[in-house]
Amino acid sequence: MLTGLLIVIPLVASLLVFLLKGKAARSLALGAALAELAFSIGVYFHFINHPGDTHALSLNCSWIKSMGIHFAVGLDGIGLLLVLLTTFLVPLIILSAFRYDYDKPNAFYGLILLMQMALIGVFTANDGFLFYVFWELALIPIYFICLLWGGENRAKITFKFFVYTLFGSLFMLIGLIYLYNHTGFGSGIKSWAINDLYTAGRSLTVDQQSAVFWMIFLAFAIKMPVFPLHTWQPDTYVVAPTQGTMLLSGIMLKMGTFGVIKWLLPVVPLALEKWGGTAILLSSIGIVYASCIAIVQKDYKRLIAYSSIAHVGLISAGILSANQQGVQGAVIQMLSHGVNVVGLFLIADILFRHTGTRNIDSLGGIRNMNGQFSVLFLIILLGSVALPLTNGFIGEFLLINGVYQYSAGIAAFGGLSVILGAVYMLRSYQKIMLGEKPNNAMEFGSLASSDKIVLITICVVIIAFGVYPKPLNDLAEPAVKALLSNLK
Amino acid sequence: MIKLIALVPLFPLIGFLINGFFGKKMSKGLSGGIACVSVLGSFIISVLAFVELHHSANKSHVINLFTWISADTLKINFDFLYDPLSSLFLLIITGIGFLIHVYSTGYMHDDAGFSRFFTYLNLFVFFMLLLVMGNNYLIMFVGWEGVGLCSYLLIGFWFKNQAYNDAARKAFVMNRIGDLGFLLGIILIFVTYGSISYGDVFAKAGVSSESVVTCIALLLFIGAMGKSAQIPLYTWLPDAMAGPTPVSALIHAATMVTAGIYMVVRSNVFYSISEVAAETVAIVGIATALFAATIGLLQNDIKKILAYSTVSQLGLMFLGLGVGAYSSSVFHVTTHAFFKALLFLGAGSVIHAMGGEQDVRKMGGLKGKIKITYITMLLGTIAISGIPPFSGFFSKDEILAHVYEHSKVLWVLGMIASMLTAFYMFRLLFLTFFGKFRGTHEQEHHLHESPKSMTVPLMVLAALSVIGGVLGLPEFWHQTNWIGEHLSPLILHKNPTTLSHETEWTLMGIAVLSACAVIYFAHSMFITNGVLPVNSEDKLKPWQKLVANKYYVDELYDNLIRKPLDLISVAFYKFLDLQVIDGIVNGVGSAVTGTGSLVRRLQTGNIGFYIVSMVLGVVLILLFTFII
Repeated sequence: MLTGLLIVIPLVASLLVFLLKGKAARSLALGAALAELAFSIGVYFHFINHPGDTHALSLNCSWIKSMGIHFAVGLDGIGLLLVLLTTFLVPLIILSAFRYDYDKPNAFYGLILLMQMALIGVFTANDGFLFYVFWELALIPIYFICLLWGGENRAKITFKFFVYTLFGSLFMLIGLIYLYNHTGFGSGIKSWAINDLYTAGRSLTVDQQSAVFWMIFLAFAIKMPVFPLHTWQPDTYVVAPTQGTMLLSGIMLKMGTFGVIKWLLPVVPLALEKWGGTAILLSSIGIVYASCIAIVQKDYKRLIAYSSIAHVGLISAGILSANQQGVQGAVIQMLSHGVNVVGLFLIADILFRHTGTRNIDSLGGIRNMNGQFSVLFLIILLGSVALPLTNGFIGEFLLINGVYQYSAGIAAFGGLSVILGAVYMLRSYQKIMLGEKPNNAMEFGSLASSDKIVLITICVVIIAFGVYPKPLNDLAEPAVKALLSNLK
Repeated sequence: MIKLIALVPLFPLIGFLINGFFGKKMSKGLSGGIACVSVLGSFIISVLAFVELHHSANKSHVINLFTWISADTLKINFDFLYDPLSSLFLLIITGIGFLIHVYSTGYMHDDAGFSRFFTYLNLFVFFMLLLVMGNNYLIMFVGWEGVGLCSYLLIGFWFKNQAYNDAARKAFVMNRIGDLGFLLGIILIFVTYGSISYGDVFAKAGVSSESVVTCIALLLFIGAMGKSAQIPLYTWLPDAMAGPTPVSALIHAATMVTAGIYMVVRSNVFYSISEVAAETVAIVGIATALFAATIGLLQNDIKKILAYSTVSQLGLMFLGLGVGAYSSSVFHVTTHAFFKALLFLGAGSVIHAMGGEQDVRKMGGLKGKIKITYITMLLGTIAISGIPPFSGFFSKDEILAHVYEHSKVLWVLGMIASMLTAFYMFRLLFLTFFGKFRGTHEQEHHLHESPKSMTVPLMVLAALSVIGGVLGLPEFWHQTNWIGEHLSPLILHKNPTTLSHETEWTLMGIAVLSACAVIYFAHSMFITNGVLPVNSEDKLKPWQKLVANKYYVDELYDNLIRKPLDLISVAFYKFLDLQVIDGIVNGVGSAVTGTGSLVRRLQTGNIGFYIVSMVLGVVLILLFTFII
């Protein structure tokens, strides 16, 4: 029931926002997002205080009976963490738009809330068909956000993004239908329920599992994205309005990594043994490859886009190594990456708003003009390069640990991101913030209060969960353990 | 007091927070005062706890704070370990840290970033304390990277100067190379022993195979090479002199750079098991000691000379570790902290007097003008050169005696490194304080002794440099080697020398005589003959040019790593990513639209065409069924 409400609140809010106009739409959107955040925190406390209370947490009603489709949603530790990530980030994303006067604000904010609904649906669905519906539903609002409020060349780039991800999703649908057709062994009753799909998947031969693995993984890999399926990402991140980029990188890409954890690992254990190594290798190549490319980027937004590919590569490799440290590290890193990357994209946005450029070669000397901004920037940067006592370190340490248990060589190779990340992050920070300003005309005034709130909130989270990640691990650890016990 | 040991890192943390949030609004006196007091508080507790530990039978105290990371079998607690090794480092860090904080209130007095400086400095002390106080490898790693961050912030303290920023970034990145090795080492420890707590790991270390232990030890040592500036990861340290001089004294001489030695001593169990690893440590150590010492011969920047000297001395300490002389190396860490901090602060005082000048060619004759600085630096120079009864003599001698026992060749090389040290240090001293003043008139006019806040720390450190040797008097003098005894509970293979007294006396004699000979040589060269370093590189002989240019190692790294990395990155981006991979994606896209527009032409809307096609289709199907 509670989970159902988590989905309904943003949906209702979104419809109301569509009906409003101007600033009222914006305020309602923020209010609704904050209410959803408060509610999700309430759900969190219910979850930890009544761990066995599935009745309150889950919802399961028949939807299309003839095909065994249920509207089944529920929460485990991993899903809850991602729901919390979503409900935490959406208010910040909405707040970050306050400095803009977007056309048709009701549509803009309405779409963000609609997106939130779909994302929470993805993270809570316990029915394969429902999962697919939410998965595709999430694509629609972000498509319009990018298409209507994006930058130069948006029509072409957004179309490519849309078709590319849709292309992958269709393979996933085929894979899911294939699994569905193998359910009901013995009873003859077919079902989309997640546990039935698990059973169906595990009853398949290695070759059948392999086919399913690649079909479903393709969809997830495009969404993350994993090398070499990533080329839609930098263009889309750059052209999308900042809030769109934040939604895409902060939350939406976690649909892919989350999908692998919940909808792939437990379904095809044999295929994982056979093909997991290949997928890990691709992910690790992506880490180093994208890090290298990030080094030579001039547009700061594009630089972060590539750094995000590198980070996600490590997450993907950690998940596919299928051990406690790897998967748990992935869950933790999904949260940290979500928070940090939103911070970094806001910084790119602030730079552009204050100076009219994101080209790191045309910037400089900002450290001297706004000390507060430079400190906040530095903290987020340190989170991103995974300095210990920032949130980024916990996930990264567990991830490298997990990958190491799969293969020491790959861990050492992927671990190069520890060095390369420092190279591109510090180099860009130096060019943007330090030194003298490039021309005397350049000014960099104080931050808008909405920007300040968002950046400070993010910095607090970065340090708080870097020092004391226990609440996150307490949720992730048993959930991952339960999931992995399925694999054996 | 041991129960309160968690306060030791807490005080500087509080100082950091106060200065970080409110420093700008506070007066300089208050800001500096808070920073100093916080470290002083830590020092007092460290001393009291040290006394308590000394009298207590239990030499190892674990203080549990909270569970940090938990992932199934991987449990990492935020715990502190207070034992003989950490207790000693605590004294060095907080004691010398306090003196340097006090010194900085004078040195940085006119700097606009005064409170920012103390913010970073307090944060550094906090992380450095975490590094030595952690009860497991990951807490050490937290401190390890944390001090790296502070080092980065303080090297690039004057952030308007991009050359300084480059140096800061270089330090951070180079340290990260080492850190990756360290991190992998920690993971291998976890995979092998199922824990990363010191107690658990060392108890089981003997069970695992030697090759695994070698791997662990070498991976950890990669981390040590980065932090303690050993070949091949040493080039960041001389550049790090871009930071304010107190930073060079505290971070890049007395404390942070000795973290690698701390780590190896802490992990001595591994190095005792794996001979390969120990031998590697010794070889890297002696190579670094010699290499850096030769570069030091021809440097003209007063801080760079000291920086290469630090690299060289650290090499000597690793040589000691490699031959199993763990407590001797810790002894040298201690005395080195005294005299190198002194020398750097002295150099800072000189620079202060000279209005920012760092080139020894433009100094000279300062001994009458800044007497306290001169006398204290003289004492420091004697100490580092290994003249008895100054502190450096005892610690260096102890290391070299162990080296002699291990290998005569290494001993000879170690002796050469020591002689080079004595030479470049006296060269520095003579060029700076003797002869005629070679700076500008204006500088000469402004020459002045530094304020009390700077000279008092110099005097304290000078006293310690002189008498510090009592901490480790040679055993064959029938004295207690106090440090050796103090550390003995945690050293697996205690390794007292079995050299005869005659041999030890002889070695000592050779060391002292050679040092004196070198000093005499330097004296005749720079005082009697008044030789001055040339002002232009063209006048150097080819080998001198090679050395003066630091063997072109920076250029080598640039061409071997940085430039290829940039090239590869550009190739990845411009060619592989934009052309090949995205080209294929777009190709598939246009192939689909292309086929679509071809097929679209079939949708003519002409019913006759559809009927004909249908009939043709049916005929074809029938044909196929007949054939098959």
